Amino acid sequence: MEHEPKTNWWWKAIQTGLIGGVVGVLVSLIGMVESFHERDIIAGQISMGETLLLLLIVLFSFFSSRGTADTPLLKRLGSGALTGISSAGLVAGLVLLGSAVNLRQVFVNASPNLYKILTFENENTTSASLVLIGAGAVIGSLTALLHIAPPLWRRAVISGITIAGLIALLQDLLRITLSPFPAIGESIAWMFGTKGEEGLSVSGAIVIFIIATAINYFSATRGEAVQRRIRALPSGTQKTLRWTSWGLIGAFLLIWPQIAGPYLSEVSNSIGLFILMGLGLNIVVGYAGLLDLGYVAFYALGAYTMAVFTTTGGEITFNIQWTFWEALPIAILGAVFAGVVLGIPVLKIRGDYLAIITLGFGEIIRIMFLSDFLKPHLGGSFGIVEIAPPTLDGLVLNTPQTLYYVILAGCLVALFVAYRLRDSRIGRAWKAIREDEDVAQAMGINLTATKLLAFATGAAFGGMSGAIFASKLSTVYPHSFVLLVSINVLALIIVGGMGSLPGVIVGALLLVGLPELLREFSEFRLLIYGVLLIVMMLNKPEGFLPEAVHKRELHDRDNINEPAGA
Amino acid sequence: MKQRFLNRINFTDIAVWIIGMALVGLIIIGSYKTIQEGNYTTRQWLDFVVFGIAQGSIYALIALGYTLVYGILRMINFAHSEVFMGGAFTAYFAASSMAKSGFLRENTLISLLVLFAVAMSTSVLIGVLVERIAYRPLRRAPRLVPLITALGASFFLQYTFKGLYGDQFKAYPEIASLKGSYTFGDFNITKIQIVVIVSAALLMLGLYLYVQYTKVGKAMRAVSEDKDVAALMGIDVDAIIVRTFVIGAALAGAAGILYAITFRQVNYLMGFIPGIKAFTAAVLGGIGNIPGAMLGGIFLGLFESVGPILFLDGLNVPAPYQLKDVIAFSMLVLVLLFRPSGILGERLSRNKA
Amino acid sequence: MTNILTAQSVVKRFGGLTAVNTLTVEIPEKSIYSVIGPNGAGKTTFFNCITGFYQPEEGEIEFNGRSILGLTSDQISQRGISRTYQNIRLFSNLTTIENILVGQHALLKATLFGPIFGTAATKREEKEALAEAIRLLNFVGLAGKGDLLARNLPYGDQRRLEIGRALASKPKMLLLDEPTAGMNPHETEEMTRFIRRLRDELGITILLIEHDMRVVMGISEKITVLDYGEKIAEGTPKDIQGNQRVIEAYLGRGSAAHIPS
Repeated sequence: MEHEPKTNWWWKAIQTGLIGGVVGVLVSLIGMVESFHERDIIAGQISMGETLLLLLIVLFSFFSSRGTADTPLLKRLGSGALTGISSAGLVAGLVLLGSAVNLRQVFVNASPNLYKILTFENENTTSASLVLIGAGAVIGSLTALLHIAPPLWRRAVISGITIAGLIALLQDLLRITLSPFPAIGESIAWMFGTKGEEGLSVSGAIVIFIIATAINYFSATRGEAVQRRIRALPSGTQKTLRWTSWGLIGAFLLIWPQIAGPYLSEVSNSIGLFILMGLGLNIVVGYAGLLDLGYVAFYALGAYTMAVFTTTGGEITFNIQWTFWEALPIAILGAVFAGVVLGIPVLKIRGDYLAIITLGFGEIIRIMFLSDFLKPHLGGSFGIVEIAPPTLDGLVLNTPQTLYYVILAGCLVALFVAYRLRDSRIGRAWKAIREDEDVAQAMGINLTATKLLAFATGAAFGGMSGAIFASKLSTVYPHSFVLLVSINVLALIIVGGMGSLPGVIVGALLLVGLPELLREFSEFRLLIYGVLLIVMMLNKPEGFLPEAVHKRELHDRDNINEPAGA
Repeated sequence: MKQRFLNRINFTDIAVWIIGMALVGLIIIGSYKTIQEGNYTTRQWLDFVVFGIAQGSIYALIALGYTLVYGILRMINFAHSEVFMGGAFTAYFAASSMAKSGFLRENTLISLLVLFAVAMSTSVLIGVLVERIAYRPLRRAPRLVPLITALGASFFLQYTFKGLYGDQFKAYPEIASLKGSYTFGDFNITKIQIVVIVSAALLMLGLYLYVQYTKVGKAMRAVSEDKDVAALMGIDVDAIIVRTFVIGAALAGAAGILYAITFRQVNYLMGFIPGIKAFTAAVLGGIGNIPGAMLGGIFLGLFESVGPILFLDGLNVPAPYQLKDVIAFSMLVLVLLFRPSGILGERLSRNKA
Repeated sequence: MTNILTAQSVVKRFGGLTAVNTLTVEIPEKSIYSVIGPNGAGKTTFFNCITGFYQPEEGEIEFNGRSILGLTSDQISQRGISRTYQNIRLFSNLTTIENILVGQHALLKATLFGPIFGTAATKREEKEALAEAIRLLNFVGLAGKGDLLARNLPYGDQRRLEIGRALASKPKMLLLDEPTAGMNPHETEEMTRFIRRLRDELGITILLIEHDMRVVMGISEKITVLDYGEKIAEGTPKDIQGNQRVIEAYLGRGSAAHIPS
């Protein structure tokens, strides 16, 4: 490393800035900025599109400021500013180029509207570019300043901004949740923009920022003490505390659809189905380390089994007309059976091939459902209609708010099973295979049988999810079961943390819930997933909520009548 | 020895054999019936074969990219299909502007070369960026990790191109001087098919000579044998890996143009299916093996164009062509089960596989 | 004394290279038996043939009088052969105690439904397995480190854990691949004593690959020397120390020096 030629700090700062600029130009040209511009973060002031560009400059200035750590203050400020200038400069370059040449012949999103956003609606492109570059310099140096600030302060400010931003984004959710309590809603109305201009009001943004920063600051300085005090409580009280919080969560889950109303319940249901699938795939990928890219096949099989057994449409050759509850076990068993049948040949194959083979299987299933060959039985591209909804004691559960409970029950069962298996003999064998297949085998683990169990268990959850999905929509089409579903599930368990159960839930909330709430996201959903997969693997391969280490020697020792050794 | 044989048999092996035999049985019965019924003329069969070879040469070019990278890094470059798409999709704009100005009609050869240049350089740019950002930092990571970034890169690229160029199918201009075909008796071949087969053959020949006889080619082979030892021998491993990505991407870009002039349609999802097929071809020929990828590509192309009719028509399956992808995937499964090393592949030791 | 393991003219080839060539070895029950030889002599390949990781092309391997050729390595492990690796291969993201519990895999019975429904039998089994694992932790000297991730253990502890994991399956025979590699003289001394304890207290037959001649000569009852895959000598430590072919194999032909000690 000593012989590496020493590059100037300013050249490095500019390089970082140029990379940031390229990213900025890219997000502009693919239409992200324009489409995000439709949502305001601060009503009438800053849109999500502008925030996106701003965040890019902040991010890259942060990198270059970090790169010059341990150098004089002025240098760090300068490098932040330089990065900001060069990033903004490239975006300004795009504006100048766009005003001279019609880029739209190639880049469909290089619309006049985009330039309007980038120039802050300034007609004079030259002066607008200068403003842009100036803004870059300011943001860059502010970022550097933030980086120089003591970590405690830095963290507090960053979390303040993040929380304010999140509340601005999710204000619909907040408003709907608060709607049963009009008093609270009215008293905080001043925090939000008026109708049509969503987002926070300026004063609201400031207040939320200050509160969040303060809370973070105090929890960072005083949080330790509080935790210590809780730990010092007698174990009985601690237990009560834990049960109370579980009880509160349980009660909240039970009354949630009543608060949320039909739209949010529908969103929750989608999240729930993905949690169910995520828990299943988590067993296959997270526990056993088998990269299955055809997981959608089990979802599809569950859905089609439910459809075939309960449809009253009469378009297809079957006429069974069972109820939901009769067909559900069949759907699960069908998926398990398919998991085993597909698993036997697939699991003899080692390593990376597995990914592509399972991907192939997922596609085969979909193509078969779509084909004319099976059309008399499965309806081809028209699918199967009039699938029975679940009923309970004569009550037909066909609204989002009632179906919610079916899905919740499914998720809880799956969560329980996944939790129980995690630290069982089989769970350990799965993890051993994930860590080192050869050694696991040498320790007496039958690879094929153990992998098959993982496949079958995962398939069961997928099948259950699919079955509920079918009766929720009351129709199934082959087009619902594309590769993207598999990728979606995979992305959510990777973001949450492979092998981690809370990770699956958080992953589903983030990757399924957010795009449902923010329609601007849904267009770029897969692009964002792609970036997320790469960024997570590069920086945080264990996910946001990594798999917990289960402490057994010391924790469980009280239960064992064995004297503790030295 | 008898004991050894008995020890070795287990339930899954039997199940696998039964599945395999059932598929082979279906293929034989289907083919027999189709031929017996004789619904297709010799001319039609020959058309299928020619189409299969042309299609197969495109697969082979893409497959080479998978095989080269796998040979060196032992990883599946999932994003390779997007490298293929990016080149063809970008070159569309060159093609349509040349068509508008009439240059395409007057100077077809030069235009084609321009198209190749645009597509190949775009593909190379994408390939190198993917390597730099998504793979290089993870060279020592567990195998699952680069596989996931590859998947991420693939989706990122697909939807970036969708954002850049739109989600519509773009129709490649028709090249007037490449219209028409030659006929010799029952044998009929279009000019485009000639262009495809000849260019693919030239590119593959070039690659083969490059890898076999140049210094860089030898270094590539050394790195694929053992990265650490190659580094000790003074080979710049990173540079060789980049070179490998460049070559693979360039071939994929060229394949993109051949694909585009054959099917005359491009869009951001066009890479997915050919990508998987090409991977199948690479596995078929023995992944990591260059002649294997070429052979595997041609073989898969033939299998896919002749297969659905030959195997399924006799079984009275309606619209057998809908199932051609199923045939290709089943082929992949069969090969991996019964000859994981592929047609030409040497047996990888367990440590490598 | 009966032989617990006999290998008859075992041949293993890789392409053109014959890694193990017509090797015949007979290992008496409850003995400490060493296989030595220069690097690349085929020692680890021989281990891999015994544990079913490789299938030899020719020959026969019998364990307790029954052929184990063709068996997969999990089946061989269940017959009572366990091993450690030259370059420690732990389940690095599992805790120490989980590593040992995985070693007990074949002795436990629970499948899917026991743990899911939390049956009494599963609970009891799990409790006993945990108690046994803690006992083993104490035995290998890792008490109190059960909840650490295996990858966070210091080197010497990792070696110990690997042996603990191998012991968890209650093997009749233990294959140790360079257990003292990378250890200082003090640790090596301790490991040597520990290996002897395994045999004396647990009655396990030990098959050892080792480069440290002091260890080999100190604890082995019998030694086989390999060179280029072939057996060039066999006998007690004393026989081996004076054997001319062994000295040549180690130091090259024409050398008069003794093997390093």
